Amino acid sequence: MTETKIHLYPTGPLVALVGNPNCGKTALFNRLTGSQQKVANYAGVTVERKEGRFATAAGKALRVLDLPGTYSLHPRSLDERVTVDVLMGNAQGEKRPDLVVCVVDATNLRRNLRLVLAVKRTGIPCLVALNMMDLAERRGLSIDADALSRELGLPVVRTVAVQGDGAQALKAALDLPDLWKRVADADSRPASPERDLRGDHEAVREMLERLGLDRAVPHQLSDRIDRIALHPVAGPLLLTVVLFLMFQAVFAWAEVPMGWIETATAWVGQLIGDLLPEGWLRSLLVDGIVAGAGGVLVFLPQIVILFLFILVLEESGYLPRAAFLLDRLMGSVGLSGRSFIPLLSSFACAIPGIMAARTISNQRDRLVTILIAPLMTCSARLPVYALLIGAFIPARELWGGIELQGLVMLGLYLAGIVGAMLVAWVLKQFTTRGQVRTLMMELPDYHWPVLRNIAIGLWQRVMIFLRRVGGIILLLTVLLWFLASFPAPPEGATGPAIEHSMAGMLGRALAVVMAPIGFNWQISIALVPGLAAREVAVSSLGTVYALAATADDTAQSLTPLIAADWSLATALSLLAWYVFAPMCVSTLATIRRETGGWTMPLAAATYLFALAYLAAFITYRLALAAGLG
Amino acid sequence: MLGMILKYHVFVAFDYQSLTTLFLMPSAPTLIPDLTSTDALDCLPLHAPAVVHQVVTPAALSDWASWLAEIGFLPGESVRVIARGAVGGDPLVVRIGDSTFALRKAEAACVQVQRATDAMARS
Repeated sequence: MTETKIHLYPTGPLVALVGNPNCGKTALFNRLTGSQQKVANYAGVTVERKEGRFATAAGKALRVLDLPGTYSLHPRSLDERVTVDVLMGNAQGEKRPDLVVCVVDATNLRRNLRLVLAVKRTGIPCLVALNMMDLAERRGLSIDADALSRELGLPVVRTVAVQGDGAQALKAALDLPDLWKRVADADSRPASPERDLRGDHEAVREMLERLGLDRAVPHQLSDRIDRIALHPVAGPLLLTVVLFLMFQAVFAWAEVPMGWIETATAWVGQLIGDLLPEGWLRSLLVDGIVAGAGGVLVFLPQIVILFLFILVLEESGYLPRAAFLLDRLMGSVGLSGRSFIPLLSSFACAIPGIMAARTISNQRDRLVTILIAPLMTCSARLPVYALLIGAFIPARELWGGIELQGLVMLGLYLAGIVGAMLVAWVLKQFTTRGQVRTLMMELPDYHWPVLRNIAIGLWQRVMIFLRRVGGIILLLTVLLWFLASFPAPPEGATGPAIEHSMAGMLGRALAVVMAPIGFNWQISIALVPGLAAREVAVSSLGTVYALAATADDTAQSLTPLIAADWSLATALSLLAWYVFAPMCVSTLATIRRETGGWTMPLAAATYLFALAYLAAFITYRLALAAGLG
Repeated sequence: MLGMILKYHVFVAFDYQSLTTLFLMPSAPTLIPDLTSTDALDCLPLHAPAVVHQVVTPAALSDWASWLAEIGFLPGESVRVIARGAVGGDPLVVRIGDSTFALRKAEAACVQVQRATDAMARS
């Protein structure tokens, strides 16, 4: 996969938003630019680059860059490095900004203003956006913007990023012509970090004293919630409930919209089937494209719901608390609580999970998190699990109304988590001797999630998923259709046509390797396109078993077929295989992009294949020994 | 790549008393009148108000000092522990100034604090 090209807007001065993490910078960015955003990566590094466009009150067109949040101009993570490089004009392929808008959390001036002083020293024209003014006022803080402006020697405007007109003052202020003049004699290099920090700290303290803002104003609601949310006993209980509800919702709420998508796919397939004459074109469109893309699109509701939960938890400020609660547990396998968020995202899809690992400042932890992220049961494994469980596990009710099928599904999820913990533990034995890693993670005040920000975040993730469906998955589905259809069987041949195709030959070759773990040639063929995306394996099995059906029918009509054709040992073996197998090219491509080389994707593919083969082998042999063959 | 994973850090046990004398800060001499009255942040009782005295890290972890300073652990800042992890009191949640941070015990141990009552009595 290639790096996304950075879109260059040809005209307009460049404004950069700079601020501490959690200062509402991204909310302000969303407020300024609306849907006019371009998300890509910075050249050469895997840090998300968000650029947008907006017009000032007077109509002047501006480009705006949302720089990663940072506490100081002395970076400790990849993200913070980018911010410093851009501000110093050292970033590859980036123009030095013409103006910096320092976004300041009005409820935490003490820490935020230190960064403002550091940015001011870079000599770039600078404007302070006093954000979250509504929260500050509600807590009884009255900040005199003019007085603060005099103290800082910089223009100060009040913004409330969560309100419709909250950025108007900023848009008006950007029209002032004096604002854009560069300070000629400014020192553009940071002095020693120690000196700067101490000096800035003292300066800010004196400034706040003069403004009468030097007393700490705790957020009392946050403190009250934290008494429960961070309690040694109640906290973990609450987290368990939240996670349980989340997974419950992913399965329960998604059922109805998934039904709609299935119906729509079947309808489109039917329509095309009726319109076109029998032939290869109809086969390509109906069996290849509609069935293939539909079989993947069906997971969109689950992905949307999972991300909705993750975004709400993130926006509200709970996610770092969850990371705190799990820090010790993750520490036992050599990771930190920071790995929790990427791993949680990986339950929807490993790709955003691997990208979220960027926030882990410890390089070893980041790599280990990336390596184990594919073991989290992503939503693409669901159809495979659902198919096999439906076909082989009896729908029996155990004690207390617990479904046996559901229990097996839970077991597969747990197997992935336990597998990941084991891998992390093994890596810990080799790579962390004596290493001490840092946590130092901010727990921002709680606040109500803003619908607008959630919607934008959700939209960006849905687009990533849809592009995947439209791109690699569609392409490989078509490729498989081609492989499975050509060459056509010779005259008078018996058996399904696919046996004579290229896919058939490939499957037979693979079946030799896969025989010890109980896979027949049909499974082996289906595994090949499953490399593109795990869920494709289901539609592939449908194609392989010579069913000209839409994805909807595939799973249903396939169930009795494989139930008759495979032994239980084979089915269990395939389930074990799918817990570990790196059956997704996009994940490996993402790992390559995120780690900047082939070492990690190759290491991941190798160890995952080895684990999958081993797990399937043990499962198959044990099942055979138990008489399930 | 392998070298990146295999980077070892050695954590050296250290005693605060002897190290504090090595790390005296010239910029804030008035804050070091009495070394015996300082506590390590990780030993503070829950919710007990205190003030940051100084940050002292073992030599192998000198990065920590500047990182802690950046997030607000600077002499004179008010600080208190607001929560502790269930197992072994690790990690901790600390209110520093107006912000809240989760710190590991080892990180909190680098922050020396004066209990608010002591500090007030002196001033």
